[in-house]
Amino acid sequence: MTTSTPELPRRRRMHLRLNRQQINGLVWQIVVVAIAVAIVGWLWSNALHNLSVRRISTGFAFLGREAGMPIADSWLAYSPRDPYARAFIVGIVNTLRVAVIGIVLATVLGTLIGIARLSSNWLLSRLAAVYVEVHRDVPLLLQLLFWYVLMQGLPAARAAWKPIEGVFLSNRGLVLPSVPIETANLWVIAAVLAGLSALYLLRRQLVARQMADGKARPLWPYALALLVCLPALVSFGLGASWTITLPELRGFNFVGGLTLAPEYFALLIALVTYTSAFIAEIVRSGIQAVPKGQWDAANALGLRRSFVLKRIVLPQALRVIIPPMTSQYLNLTKNSSLAVAVGYQDVVSIANTTLNQTGQAIEAIALIMAVFLTISLGISLFMNWYNARIALVER
Amino acid sequence: MTSITDAPQNPLPFDARPRRTPTGHAIRWLRTNLFASVTSSIISVLLIALLAKAFISLVQWGYWNAIWIVSGNQTGPCRSIRGLGACWAVIPEKYRFILFGTYPFNEQWRPALVCLIFIALFWVSSRRNWWRKELVLVWAAALVLIGVLMWGGVFGLSYVSQDRWGGLPVTLILATFGLALGFPLGIVVALGRRSKLPAIRSLCVLYVELIRGVSLISLLFMASVMFPLFLPDGVNIDKLLRAQIAFILYAGAYLAEVIRGGLQAIPRGQHDAADALGLTYWKKNGLIILPQAIRHVIPPLVNTFIAFFKDTSLVLIIGIFDLLTTAKTSIIDPAWQQFSVEVYVFVGLIYFVFCFAMSRYSRQLEAQSRPG
Repeated sequence: MTTSTPELPRRRRMHLRLNRQQINGLVWQIVVVAIAVAIVGWLWSNALHNLSVRRISTGFAFLGREAGMPIADSWLAYSPRDPYARAFIVGIVNTLRVAVIGIVLATVLGTLIGIARLSSNWLLSRLAAVYVEVHRDVPLLLQLLFWYVLMQGLPAARAAWKPIEGVFLSNRGLVLPSVPIETANLWVIAAVLAGLSALYLLRRQLVARQMADGKARPLWPYALALLVCLPALVSFGLGASWTITLPELRGFNFVGGLTLAPEYFALLIALVTYTSAFIAEIVRSGIQAVPKGQWDAANALGLRRSFVLKRIVLPQALRVIIPPMTSQYLNLTKNSSLAVAVGYQDVVSIANTTLNQTGQAIEAIALIMAVFLTISLGISLFMNWYNARIALVER
Repeated sequence: MTSITDAPQNPLPFDARPRRTPTGHAIRWLRTNLFASVTSSIISVLLIALLAKAFISLVQWGYWNAIWIVSGNQTGPCRSIRGLGACWAVIPEKYRFILFGTYPFNEQWRPALVCLIFIALFWVSSRRNWWRKELVLVWAAALVLIGVLMWGGVFGLSYVSQDRWGGLPVTLILATFGLALGFPLGIVVALGRRSKLPAIRSLCVLYVELIRGVSLISLLFMASVMFPLFLPDGVNIDKLLRAQIAFILYAGAYLAEVIRGGLQAIPRGQHDAADALGLTYWKKNGLIILPQAIRHVIPPLVNTFIAFFKDTSLVLIIGIFDLLTTAKTSIIDPAWQQFSVEVYVFVGLIYFVFCFAMSRYSRQLEAQSRPG
């Protein structure tokens, strides 16, 4: 009824009345967008013309063709007769293999070095500082080549170094003892994972109950049950065998065990040592960002040192640490494409070979971009979720 | 209260400690810094043992057993001590190639001079009291001079085409031109990302995120393989220039993000005050906002410069002869093939000197700008 009356002035306001600034803005936008569109269109028409001259058909049909590209180091079954699509998947797995393990190791090493830099022991903190400075101020590619050359300079398989029983280091890479991968073993691993997630949920409950009544409840009996007893039961029930196969030298190479190829090993070492130097700096500045008053206040309350570190300092330090840490993880993933330089076949290397074989430059580059954008997005999403979880809750 | 007077008694009364004397000072220093507690003492002893061992084997390899000079390509003695001692003889043999690549041998004073000009240029630009408008002119003059020296063809200098450039000058050129041209690009993009105009903002976001999303290697591949596809027939851009363009685009995206951080730190009131004075958009940003914003982010900017300087080494993968590529190529020679570690250490030191100087400088700036 009365609703129709206020409609009138609003409609009048809808008249196109722009002031000078808005017109300016509109003109600017139109000009810039037109220039951008013109440049992209010009490049695109050139590309189409060039492709037709070179008789390269655009599109992803080439993915189904036989690749004929040997891949030395692969976790998936692969032969050169497989199509390009399969080769790409092998490459993606190889990239992830370096990136995920590298991120975990770099985080551990970087945190240790960051803490060492804050040590009251002069020698330890100086050494950590030298480590950081040396690794940060030399290009990663040079470090990678250096490690690879060292790796090649190792003795041959016959004269391999044997630091511990069953571990061999030679110019064939690092050979480690391994356990057989069978269904029963996989179930045991699944049991451990299930136990971990159950423990996580349980811990949340216990913390919530402690918040309610202030009584601390021990977590370790549950941890023992879920992480040790449950997997052990599954292992017995399914009869999983845990015999460790030790690698053996037969002829010129090793049989059995898990082999890390020299290319992979050199890449992993280079990425981990390089990134850990940056992570160390992030951890150091994160801990230093926690005001000294927080330590003092916690000590004044008579809290134990480990408790202070775990419940008071670290949660505050993490808030500072997580965002730059995310970009280090992204950097490590992107840097893993340096694999090309030592001949480890990650996704970029495989795309590059594909490009040389088929001439499908645009498609190959588009695939690289898609893969890296997806991985980056995945890491960002996970870290943002984690960051939101630990972020300061203002009350 | 009385308890204050009998405060914690020191096991060793302070006055009884040997002070003033240098040995006393050293002992005190050791006690506080290396042997403060049992754990600390254990760590110190272990580290000292480890360091001593590492130091001895390093000296044995790098100095004691090392061979400093051999005649011609007679690397026999070097090969016989392989693994036990370094063969530094590879450096005097190859340093001209590592530093200047395939630049004509008799003209190599020109790239050497170029490197010195670059270093002088960096030094001049690092001085705070010389940050004036004239510095831009100095830069322009220096870059022209560098171009003249490298190419030649005028003033009686013989012409040298880019294909023959190599080594340190190429690294410095890629890094410096990349940053010098990427910087204005970064400023424009950073302003665009903060603009109120949606079309411009989304274009800038697209550019930054696309470049930051892919690795530099993919970008360089694109420059070396895809770039020729995008140009009309008959137009051919030199490989070095293509890589340089890729670097400018890359630097622009990363610098834009750093500068944006600085822009965000400028309080709203500065914008309002500039608007109230009736300044135009460009005057407001050029005179009021940007000078403050850039001053805020000088330390992270220098860190970006360091990262960028190191990243120029990636051109190895597309076969441009920068410092790392010449180093890698210099040991293809069968006689010297086994001595790459020595060459990498040499090149690593060059990179280290540049990056360390920059990181020291950044830390100094940070200390200066810290309030109080």
